[in-house]
Amino acid sequence: MIKVNDIHKRFGEAEVLKGISTSFEPGKTNLIIGQSGAGKTVFLKSLLGLHTPEEGTIIYNGQINTEMTIEDKRDFRQELGMVFQGSALFDSLNVEENVMFPLKMFKKESKEEMLERVNFVLKRVDLENSNKKFPAELSGGMQKRVAIARAIVMNPKYLFCDEPNSGLDPSTSILIDNLIKEITQEYQITTVINTHDMNSVMEIGDKIVFLKDGLKAWEGSSKEIFKTDNQTVVDFVYSSNLFKKVREAYLNEQ
Amino acid sequence: MNYIEHVGKYFMMLGQIFKRPQKFRVFWEALFREIEQLGIKSIGIISFISFFIGGVIALQTALNISDPLIPKMLIGFATKRSVILEFAPTFCSIILAGKVGSYITSSIGTMRVTEQIDALEIMGVNSLNYLVLPKIIATVFFYPFLIILGMFLAIFGGWAAGILSNMFYEADYIAGIQYDFAPFLVIYALVKTIIFAFIISTVPSYHGYYVKGGSLEVGKASTQSVVWTIVVIVIANYFLTQMLLT
Repeated sequence: MIKVNDIHKRFGEAEVLKGISTSFEPGKTNLIIGQSGAGKTVFLKSLLGLHTPEEGTIIYNGQINTEMTIEDKRDFRQELGMVFQGSALFDSLNVEENVMFPLKMFKKESKEEMLERVNFVLKRVDLENSNKKFPAELSGGMQKRVAIARAIVMNPKYLFCDEPNSGLDPSTSILIDNLIKEITQEYQITTVINTHDMNSVMEIGDKIVFLKDGLKAWEGSSKEIFKTDNQTVVDFVYSSNLFKKVREAYLNEQ
Repeated sequence: MNYIEHVGKYFMMLGQIFKRPQKFRVFWEALFREIEQLGIKSIGIISFISFFIGGVIALQTALNISDPLIPKMLIGFATKRSVILEFAPTFCSIILAGKVGSYITSSIGTMRVTEQIDALEIMGVNSLNYLVLPKIIATVFFYPFLIILGMFLAIFGGWAAGILSNMFYEADYIAGIQYDFAPFLVIYALVKTIIFAFIISTVPSYHGYYVKGGSLEVGKASTQSVVWTIVVIVIANYFLTQMLLT
């Protein structure tokens, strides 16, 4: 569980986050959406601890970010997994070494135990026969799966994803979305996804937070987003004719 | 950002690098990888250039000695001194700055722009310590061996040039390289090499680690890092020579 209380983040004169409060529950896929420049990335980086908000607090399972010692922060980093927009796999390491890297760095396990865990997570993301391949030999979708495997190999409590569908074809996007949702539910992880993909919003959004100009403009579930009369959200989410028609059909059904 | 800020940031980076490795097993693996990449893979170019430059030094010295009163052993002596004092430590370090420096900047810079360094930081890894410390240790320990190899091959190259060109006698050359051997000069060369190795591994790392933008900026940073590494080596060479030899 992550609770965000009125966080503000400034870069010089510019205030990028202007007081955002929300909460993210375990076992749920929480999506952050909004236009470019709305503050999504800064918000996600603040949750990750890469930015320190000037005001407000972020509470991770009762641990307040401002009260964390260096050791607490180090331990906290091991409780989170991150899937980057470009996967961020280590080019010089093969799939197996990439996924094993956090284990080698932080666990005192034998090589056999680590390999067993690596094979388990690779099987979980349907990548069983690619252990010795290097990132350059993998497709975009496969790279994302390796990134997910690396993010969950340490059994994280929190999973953060920055545009996990970016650059993927629609069917691979759906596969990645479903994989993230399944893993979130299976391991009761608190998942926060930064996305522009409206398919993801409709398909896997247990909770959606819409940011506009550094403020939370709306929050709700993927069902509620169909019914909302918040014009800013409607203009953003249903900007394409296809989604407009989907929304109309849904509302007519109701 | 002005030069003073860059210097300050460089020393702050060194503060982050010189920390105890988080996991020694991972550190040793990285160290051996760097010894291969930065050291063993440089043996070929250093051997090739040393051999031919040694030959050129011997030939040019021979061509410039026209006075019959100057002993021919001076060719071997001058070749040995030039190689030990300047060519091997400084010239080879400048070659390594070009070869290894651009590799270090582009590899770390690419990791930066593709978020691999962010991934390390989010995992809780001290990315500077993990990426740069093995490079420093690898170069500081391996380059003295590389430079000694360069010295031997350059002197051998001078001998080979004399034999092939018939411009001086082998006996004169051998007598010249044996004449007035000063072990301190080798120590001086090795001290310089260790300091240059440190510069070769840290200045390009700085340029790569703090690069911003995309692949174009990584390319620009690689060029800049080679230029700055050479500038720093040349300045350091002057001060080291003044401190150690005068």
